[in-house]
Amino acid sequence: MYQFNFGPVFENLDLLLHGAWLTVRLSFLAMILGLVVSLLGAVAKTSAIRPLRWLVDAYVEVIRNTPFLIQIFFIFFGLPAVGISMSPNTAALVALVVNVGAYGTEIIRAGIESIPKGQIEAGRALGLSPVNIFRYVVVVPALRNIYPALTSQFIYLMLTSSVVSVISANDLASAGADLNARTFASFEIYLVLTVMYFLLALGFSTLFGAIRRVFFTYPASR
Amino acid sequence: MIREFSSADVTFIVLAVRWTLILSAIAFAGGALGGLLVALARTSASKVLRRASAGFIQVFQGTPLLMQLFLVYFGLAVIGLPIDPLLAAAVALTLHASAYLGEIWRGSIEAVPSGQTEAATALALSYPHRMRHVVLPQAMRIATAPTVGFLVQLIKGTSLASIIGFTELTRAGQIINNATFKPFLVFGTVAALYFILCWPLSLMARRLEARMRLAVTR
Repeated sequence: MYQFNFGPVFENLDLLLHGAWLTVRLSFLAMILGLVVSLLGAVAKTSAIRPLRWLVDAYVEVIRNTPFLIQIFFIFFGLPAVGISMSPNTAALVALVVNVGAYGTEIIRAGIESIPKGQIEAGRALGLSPVNIFRYVVVVPALRNIYPALTSQFIYLMLTSSVVSVISANDLASAGADLNARTFASFEIYLVLTVMYFLLALGFSTLFGAIRRVFFTYPASR
Repeated sequence: MIREFSSADVTFIVLAVRWTLILSAIAFAGGALGGLLVALARTSASKVLRRASAGFIQVFQGTPLLMQLFLVYFGLAVIGLPIDPLLAAAVALTLHASAYLGEIWRGSIEAVPSGQTEAATALALSYPHRMRHVVLPQAMRIATAPTVGFLVQLIKGTSLASIIGFTELTRAGQIINNATFKPFLVFGTVAALYFILCWPLSLMARRLEARMRLAVTR
């Protein structure tokens, strides 16, 4: 009969909590930088320069059709062969940004396309200034349309970030792996890690829900 | 001893694709069965079944696949089974796929107009007949595109089985890289093979989705 031993886990809970904080920080950094990459990608996809569009298409397709694990191996182990070396933590962040940027590009492009031309014309007919049209008629409705897709992509990013532990970047999964190497209470450690990731995902979705209520509800329903 | 990256290494990596495919097929078959049960439970009249299946989906969609793999891998020892990477990967990926397919198919079942169910009920069809002959065939058409899309995610997900020591495509790449130390070439090749597996499925999913949209607007 298996004897459960949660002792080592709870004695080292501070290590795991610190790991959780690192995962939150890494995820938020990757989200913000990923959003920038996505915006640039979406704008480039509407560009008149054809090679630029092809380049973005190739980027999006390659990233979406290969595993994140291979992407991070390629960036951490492969790129030094061509003279680009990074620390594990930097490589982890770069890999996450590159990954989420590809998904984000598609989501934002769909958001921009979701605004009907008539809506912009209606804004003009109401005498809104071009800046206000862009802000209230294009950006806010587009963001509202893509918000659910974008935020669930961000939660998925946070869960995927556990994979950066394979190159020993600092995060929650790495903290668990270190603890496992010292105590061998494998099942107990990974059970607690899984619960912690679940709570992080719940926290993220609560936060995103609150942001939606503040910024993306129609003025009339606020 | 570091040796050159030879054609034998390329063959080793290409042949490892079959383990990625076998693992994907097992997970998809198991996930299809599990997903159907989850989707039926999610749309059933019983509150207990709906709650339980919703919880199952939330747990598997709200935790990393990597943690699920580790838990099943070490969990095998807890229930007294020998630790086997293939078994652990197959079980974890099956559960993972069941949750995702269950959620996709729940949406597809709910997208079938309720008049269809009502008409079938009015014709005195029992639940199994109603599902089998009226609701599921229509839900299947709606589900095809997202299901193919999920297959891409599943194939990519099998790469994580390498971390618990199952030798599929990614692990084969790591083994060759350790022997030849040509990471750029090795992981580039591995990435290209994944791309060859996944890209046609992505294109197919997109085409099916476009056709579906046409069918809806018509």
